[in-house]
Amino acid sequence: MSGNGAGTILQVEDLHVDFPSFNGDVRALNGVNLHVNAGEIVGLVGESGSGKSVTAMMVMRLAETGSYAIPAGRISLLGKPVFDLDEAELERMRGRDVAMIFQEPMNALNPTKRIGHQIREVIRKHNPMDKAAATATAREMLKAVRLADPDSIMRRFPFELSGGMRQRVLIAITFSCRPKLIIADEPTTALDVTVQHQVLTLLKDMAHRTGTAVLLITHDLAVVSQLCGRTYVMYAGEVVESGPTSDIISRPAHPYTRALLQALPEYATRKQPIAFIGGTLPDLRHRPTGCVFATRCTLREGRCDERPPAARSGSREAFCWKPGFADAP
Amino acid sequence: MKALSAKRGPNSYVWWRIRQSPLTVAGLVIIVIVLTIMIFAPVLATHDPYAINLRARLLPPSTDHFFGTDEVGRDLFSRVLYGARQSVGVGFFIVLIAGGIGSLVGATSGALGGWVDTAIMRVMDVVLSVPSLVLTMALAAALGPSLFNAMLAIAIVRIPFYVRLMRGQTLSLRETGYVQAAYVYGSSRWHVIRWHLLPNSMSPIIVQATLDLGGAILMASALSFIGLGAQQPTAEWGAMVATGRNYILDQWWYSAFPGFAILVAATGFNLFGDGLRDILDPKQRGK
Repeated sequence: MSGNGAGTILQVEDLHVDFPSFNGDVRALNGVNLHVNAGEIVGLVGESGSGKSVTAMMVMRLAETGSYAIPAGRISLLGKPVFDLDEAELERMRGRDVAMIFQEPMNALNPTKRIGHQIREVIRKHNPMDKAAATATAREMLKAVRLADPDSIMRRFPFELSGGMRQRVLIAITFSCRPKLIIADEPTTALDVTVQHQVLTLLKDMAHRTGTAVLLITHDLAVVSQLCGRTYVMYAGEVVESGPTSDIISRPAHPYTRALLQALPEYATRKQPIAFIGGTLPDLRHRPTGCVFATRCTLREGRCDERPPAARSGSREAFCWKPGFADAP
Repeated sequence: MKALSAKRGPNSYVWWRIRQSPLTVAGLVIIVIVLTIMIFAPVLATHDPYAINLRARLLPPSTDHFFGTDEVGRDLFSRVLYGARQSVGVGFFIVLIAGGIGSLVGATSGALGGWVDTAIMRVMDVVLSVPSLVLTMALAAALGPSLFNAMLAIAIVRIPFYVRLMRGQTLSLRETGYVQAAYVYGSSRWHVIRWHLLPNSMSPIIVQATLDLGGAILMASALSFIGLGAQQPTAEWGAMVATGRNYILDQWWYSAFPGFAILVAATGFNLFGDGLRDILDPKQRGK
């Protein structure tokens, strides 16, 4: 599926990212391709260290300049090449074109400023208006994220709010910039399970109402299946499988996706403990020349020492010599 | 002991904690008295501090002259009261200049990083490598002896302490969620420094500034004592102690009262600063 249509918000093409270290460059991303269309919610799934957050940081250009190198690839956001923008253009891009929700709501708000002040500040940064108008907008945003009594919330300091409330405030702030794309980096990991569900539903509703595209980064396939129309599965800095979420969940094509699904607690029974994927991620300084997942794959055979080509089926894509587009997990 | 009401904000918490520590309260009381004297010196003074009366030279303390008189018959009590304006005022000015410039430079250094950071910190290291007393004296002497130049010299030498403190704070705050989030919402570096970094690192700066006040007062008095600060006939504690030294064997009160004033003021700010540190910066406690 090519993402060159008019509705494409984010297009990442063949992105390679190196982080230099004392004993060799760490290749954190190795040829990542993904795109997000206007108004859609896209999932980006993978285990720790698979490159999900690095992808997000590259889109926002948040990594410290000089700490990384881009040997190849490009990112375009609303048609603009992100790597060619200077600092002033980046400041204009962040917040207005793309904003981000972080994993840890407990420290994502400035502890010395009242909530209302913080929301107003962001609103006025992107739409010049007087204080009263900004307060009114802030109140609307807090109502939209279903916080009871917005006026009282605005007078409070962050330490007076619970984790769930803070994440709602952050969602309100993020949406108040009216960005075209929101990157949500594990937005519910730090919240307890009941609040998780509420926050995700809220995120989905807000995105649909405002027509904002969301790139949802998570390691939780259950979350993806709830929210996302399309999903990318990442492993060791590569997208190993992509396609409509329902297809990926019901008939995973890549052995890694299949193993991830089998590791969901829902599959465990009293007799059968939770499955796990043996081994660890390959050393990212010396990447295998063949399939990155080969060392941990149960279906490994001789040709896996060579790079697998993209296998396609409809709108689905998997990088495996034996893609199981039709198999049940 | 009154319990802390949950309804009140962080400021009432600080008040509550101050009241728990007698030494902090003592420090605060001294500071309030000193500030009152500074403001109301003309009302409280019994004589004109600069009025010379050669018939009343070197009189011992009495009901007319509480602290006695000096070698040209000026009332020492009035001079000590007016001296608070010079000595303590200078202390405030030094801390304001050093703390203000220091924290701004420190925050910039920490927030920008890279070669700017390296350049700033190496300059600060050079300043810190010279013993501060020697450097202050050298600077004051080079600028020429006057209270203003002494003040400037002390402030300049103190800047690196604030720069280092602030830079350390900034480096740890730089990784926090709200600073990252601020960049995500499109904030400029300057906005992040002003809006996030400075307010959130104020606690240790305030503590350092309060503790420094005592030291700055001592330093200003010391420079005046050796003749690099306030000049005659200015009513300044250090200068008064210095002149009184000539009469110390027979007219003890001349040096004793201004010296006592220095002691009390410096102690007051140190006690309060210590208490404030325990409250605002618990990690530093006992250091």
